Amino acid sequence: MTLKKTVGMYESFIRSGRATRSTHYCAGCGHGIIHKLIAEAMHELGLQDRAIIIGPIGCSVFGYYYWDCANLSAAHGRAPAAGTAVNRLRRDAALALYQGDGDLGAIGFNHTFQAASRGEHMAVFFINNATYGMTGGQMAPTTLIGDRTMTTPYGRDPLTDGYPLHVCEVLNQLKAPVYIERVSVADTPRIMRARRAVRKAFEIQRDGKGYAFIEFLSPCPTTLSCDAVQAARFCIDRMEPEFPLGCLRDNSAAAVSRAPRKKSVSVDEFFKRSDSGQAPTAEVDRGFAERHIKFAGFGGQGVLSLGICVAEAARLERRFTTWFPTYGPEQRGGAAACSVIISGAQIGSPVVDSPHVLVCMNQPSYERFAATVRSGGTIIVDSTVQLDVKAPDGVNVFRMPAIDLSLKFGCPKSANTGMLAALARLGVTGLSEEHLLAALDSSFRRKPELMETNRMLFREAQIWMDKQKECSKERLKT
Amino acid sequence: MTKFVKGNEAVIIGALYAGCDVYFGYPITPASEIAHAAAKWFPAVGRDFLQAECETASINMVYGAAAAGGLAMTATSGPGMSLMQEGISYMAGAELPGVIVNIMRAGPGLGNVYPEQGDYSQSVKGGGHGNYSCVVLAPASVQEMCDMTMRAFELSFKHMTPAIMLADGLLGQMMETLTLPDRERPKPDTSAWALHGTAATRQNLITSIYLDAATQEEHNLRLQAKYAGMRDDARHEAYLCGDADLVLVAYGISSRIARSAADILRAEGAKVGVFRPLTLSPFPEKALCGALDGRKSLVVELSAGQFREDVIFRMASACGHCVIPALCNRMGGVIVTVNEVLEQARALLRR
Repeated sequence: MTLKKTVGMYESFIRSGRATRSTHYCAGCGHGIIHKLIAEAMHELGLQDRAIIIGPIGCSVFGYYYWDCANLSAAHGRAPAAGTAVNRLRRDAALALYQGDGDLGAIGFNHTFQAASRGEHMAVFFINNATYGMTGGQMAPTTLIGDRTMTTPYGRDPLTDGYPLHVCEVLNQLKAPVYIERVSVADTPRIMRARRAVRKAFEIQRDGKGYAFIEFLSPCPTTLSCDAVQAARFCIDRMEPEFPLGCLRDNSAAAVSRAPRKKSVSVDEFFKRSDSGQAPTAEVDRGFAERHIKFAGFGGQGVLSLGICVAEAARLERRFTTWFPTYGPEQRGGAAACSVIISGAQIGSPVVDSPHVLVCMNQPSYERFAATVRSGGTIIVDSTVQLDVKAPDGVNVFRMPAIDLSLKFGCPKSANTGMLAALARLGVTGLSEEHLLAALDSSFRRKPELMETNRMLFREAQIWMDKQKECSKERLKT
Repeated sequence: MTKFVKGNEAVIIGALYAGCDVYFGYPITPASEIAHAAAKWFPAVGRDFLQAECETASINMVYGAAAAGGLAMTATSGPGMSLMQEGISYMAGAELPGVIVNIMRAGPGLGNVYPEQGDYSQSVKGGGHGNYSCVVLAPASVQEMCDMTMRAFELSFKHMTPAIMLADGLLGQMMETLTLPDRERPKPDTSAWALHGTAATRQNLITSIYLDAATQEEHNLRLQAKYAGMRDDARHEAYLCGDADLVLVAYGISSRIARSAADILRAEGAKVGVFRPLTLSPFPEKALCGALDGRKSLVVELSAGQFREDVIFRMASACGHCVIPALCNRMGGVIVTVNEVLEQARALLRR
């Protein structure tokens, strides 16, 4: 009798300590059989060059001593995450994952579930032997009820240890998987069915059709403390009633191969095309006194965009500038504030602790920040704000009916434009009106219909500001 | 060409110009804008973006992408960074390149989303298991958020170890003018070691297992030699340190607060400078010794003293000097004010 040459595997298996054809697995272990089925299918389908196998943690961590293809070791349970990435990078690769029950069903189950749900292009070979083999016989998610293991010494009790996990059935709830089957390697007829399943999973990868999942019921005689025959019987007699064999899903005929990647522009082209926000380079001007400005109000009042607008004007004027917002839950809670610094030199800290100028669009922000304004500084508040908190001595307070004006002009989101006009009229930003207006226009780049209205609002607010400045001898100090 | 962008957005601009193929990430404040920018810009230029199921997945995806020979990155903040330590250790063990951006927030635990620098030791000393080092860069401006992302890819591939960019919520959220990189960088050739799914790379294997203790030790010794060789890539910035009586030592956003304080003190006639490491690993210890030698020093940081502890250690190990700088720090998302630095600096100068 001549033995058929094994294909898809290396000539000798050095893992077992010497150049030999015997594996490092125990006698009667299912891994060797499954390794061979995978190797054969890879070879017969001509996929060895394209194949990348991601190995598990456990006895079969050394799969790469057997499979003659590219091999990758992933952390325990993380093969689906690593495989997802390989999938993005190497669309022509035939990707296979080899994972045990602890790896796939316990520590990495969410990764498996999510990769299956995304329909990643991978063949997943799930080795279910109902135990933790290499670690020394602890409970697996698939350990049967009542069975004793090192960590269920009194038998697996569903009340405390839960029930055996039916991975195929869980994955079968998902939309994306193309093929799901449970097989066994306990005897020859079963191995022949498993062989067909492995081949199909690789065909799906060859054709770029998506996610294929095969669960193998596999004997582990060493942790079962029995011989090879008894371990195989355990798979058939005990495991199969809990984990019935069969194909749960096969959409491989109808599945469509994935489309090639679309051609796209280069990074350079992309950013040059969207050349909005261009501004001349800032110039050092030691004579320019640095301005710290704080903008505050409710979210939706345009406080953050007003800050950006002023910063943009600073950029147009070749000033150095920084913008820093409140963010996170503070913002979600309804309050909005940002700090803008305008300088003639490189800016140190972008945080404004004591502003030269404070723009307040609501009561709470006035109450919170008024006391922080520097002596000689300016506060601009919306006319709806009650000035019952005293501003520090030497601080000028101006009112601006920004909200009223925005309502009058029919654009309630433009209250910030009134504030911008006030800043321009008072000259407290050190920036020219020309640049502030240009920045205002540019903020409506995508809504040109609002540009004119906002310019009109800006003018009207300036007229109001001029009137107020006339009578500002009686500055509002309460 | 310039753009007015958030630090978080600048990271993605840098990544794209570095040739980054794929971004994996899970949303977390204050780093989420990095994912937002990646989701928008990566597909627009034919690259991949994927929102992972968790940070453990993100980092293992970076691991997988690197194994496939790609330039990959992820970004997160403290809690997510803790989850990523497993994958970072595996990348270091398997000698895979990739970039991780940490927009630090206040901890421990859930903490809050405001800026802190409390992940210093986790990143610089190695937060995962085993003896390994990452490249760690510390940007302090929106421009550097972009430039250092590019540098992170470069150094990560040069040394075949993960590169971490250690920024914070303030740098991530603030906007500044960014000058875009002049051109996209060429891709490194990875065919000698990566898995491309081709005949040429069929024999390649990527793993971090060395079952035999002696072989694992050999691997460790080789890694340590490699890390020692990174020393030439240490970078720093010494601002007005030459004639200084007092040197403020700070990295990242704290260095800008220190710089503001130094400018004010200089205007008052005091001789004050700022020493800032641009790379935290490798650490510019020789330059630090030169800048601090015989001078008063004050460390400014947004953490409990983790950075100062390292400054003391680096001084001692590089030049045998036991220098214990004063410490000006805040935690919990409270940012050190320029005034706080000024007060401590003036007190030190008077002494």
